Amino acid sequence: MRSPSVVLAAAAALTVLGCASQQIAPHPAAKPSVKYGHPVSEADIALWNIDIRTSDGKGLPQGAGSVAQGKAVYEGKCIACHGADAKGGTVYGPMVGGIGSFKTNTRVLTPGSMYPYAPILFDYIRRAMPMDSPQSLSPNEVYAVSAYILNLNGLVPANAVMDATTMPKVMMPNRDGFIVDDRPDTKAVRCMSNCR
Amino acid sequence: MAKTAAPRVSALSPAEYDAYRLESAARRSFLSKGAALAGGVAATGAGLAQAAPLPIPESNKAFGKPIAETDYGLPSRFEAGVKRRRTDVFKNRQNFSDWSMTPLADQHGTITPNGLIYERHHNGTPDIDPAKHRLVIHGMVNQPLEFSMDDLLRYPSVSRFYFMECSGNGLTDWLKAASRTVQQTHGLLSGGQWTGVPLSWLLDEAGLTTGAKWLIAEGADSSGHLRSIPIDKALDDCMVVYALNGEMLRPENGYPLRLFVPGWEGNVSVKWLRRIKVGDQPWYVRGETARYTDPMPEGKWRIFSFDMECKSVITRPSGGMNIKPGAHEIQGFAWSGKGRITGVDVSVDGGKNWQEAVLEGPVLDKNLTRFRYRWNWDGTPTTIASRAVDSTGYVQPTVAEMAKVRAIVGFVQHHNGVFPWSVSANGEVKNAIA
Repeated sequence: MRSPSVVLAAAAALTVLGCASQQIAPHPAAKPSVKYGHPVSEADIALWNIDIRTSDGKGLPQGAGSVAQGKAVYEGKCIACHGADAKGGTVYGPMVGGIGSFKTNTRVLTPGSMYPYAPILFDYIRRAMPMDSPQSLSPNEVYAVSAYILNLNGLVPANAVMDATTMPKVMMPNRDGFIVDDRPDTKAVRCMSNCR
Repeated sequence: MAKTAAPRVSALSPAEYDAYRLESAARRSFLSKGAALAGGVAATGAGLAQAAPLPIPESNKAFGKPIAETDYGLPSRFEAGVKRRRTDVFKNRQNFSDWSMTPLADQHGTITPNGLIYERHHNGTPDIDPAKHRLVIHGMVNQPLEFSMDDLLRYPSVSRFYFMECSGNGLTDWLKAASRTVQQTHGLLSGGQWTGVPLSWLLDEAGLTTGAKWLIAEGADSSGHLRSIPIDKALDDCMVVYALNGEMLRPENGYPLRLFVPGWEGNVSVKWLRRIKVGDQPWYVRGETARYTDPMPEGKWRIFSFDMECKSVITRPSGGMNIKPGAHEIQGFAWSGKGRITGVDVSVDGGKNWQEAVLEGPVLDKNLTRFRYRWNWDGTPTTIASRAVDSTGYVQPTVAEMAKVRAIVGFVQHHNGVFPWSVSANGEVKNAIA
């Protein structure tokens, strides 16, 4: 057994050492060895797994809906905010038109003019619409109301049926309308005197 | 008027104290008016220069408010004007997908109080029980994982100071001076200390598979808001955050869990975070194609414009204020999503000449930096502005310089232009962007 004086001396040395090299956490922080996540299977999270990769429709579910069925869904559940024929209503602006407007000084943004890929309609309507009861529409209803909006924009014929195969094939006019972020795009100079 | 006996100290609750204070203030006011009338003294309202000595403050002469058994402190009732506000320049016809702005002119220091952090929601604020909340990580990983809040709080925590700014900050004020105050022009900006777990730890635990390049983060709100984010950024400095400025997140800031993506537009810091899915390419959802893209020449749109570039604004004096000739300290904020602020210049002559302002430390990467500049206003009308430089060497541009390379048309995001305020001969400070 160590003598008390040795223990005390060691403690004092540690105290001094501790003061001299107080540790500041590095940035980025060192990854700990602990792991607290619980394994789950894809089946466990099937109800959450609703995202659609819109460029190719990966994730679109089974089901189908026609333009005519979509008109009925729209007039039952969407018209109050978006107005008749999706021309704009009490709460939101139009969801039709605008194609060809982007080179003018009044760009009109609608699903028809703006979305590069048609499955964006499915992803967004299913997760977010109607605003007072999102995720309440069945896949058939979502396909149908998407078909209706696409038809109103002149992008699919009146007899079109949207499903996991047909929807990604709809050619959207703004498909090639995007450029990846290329900033910084300005080269301001730090002028200090007689600048203008 | 019957004099009310002062209550016993031991019997006074905070609520009773409020009643007592109001009652006794009313009584004293009545008595002093009576005394003034009796003595025939006319109040002159001559300001500070007065013959009578400073009166003893009422607060020296009565009970203070006792300490409540439990409490959550709130600002003084005299600060009631310091509030988040929806803008009255761009009015939405519903308030579920809407925003409210931080009162920057009243922010002292670089920490935005939690009740004043700006809001942007896509379908309101959800009310989430943390005991039921789960975060799932899946997709291109070796082992999909689920985390409860208790699980996440067991990890060593990391706290970092960062600003957060909405890409739409300033969108009403490109080509016309539509807004009056700095709260309206720049209030989609806040700053604070964010606490949580580095996202890289959780991604490493799940194990990214070969080819993983992007992830999508999704919220548990009723818009199911989601954004695609490159894996490189996720592994660099993203955090899964549960606390802000020393307490658990407020519901409107993502309680109980949000993503935080330093330096990038606020909407990618997905609130109420419930799911992260790893993939090999972006998802191109509505929020990153039809919204949160920037109009460019030739009818094009800039996509995945995540960085909030270097920017600054003078908050004092700013729009809606009125100043007098003499000494003023010009104050404001500078920040950059790409690094540290290395300099802020102030012009008090409409941009002809610029002088270096003083930066107040600590100057932190991707955080608000406060600047100060002492100015003696001689009373002649002028225009003041600030211009920031960051550690990449980037100089904050003017709107004119941005308009040369972008299309300023419609609902335009990413306004980081130099922002001037005019000062008129009578001291009125006004938005002078155009």
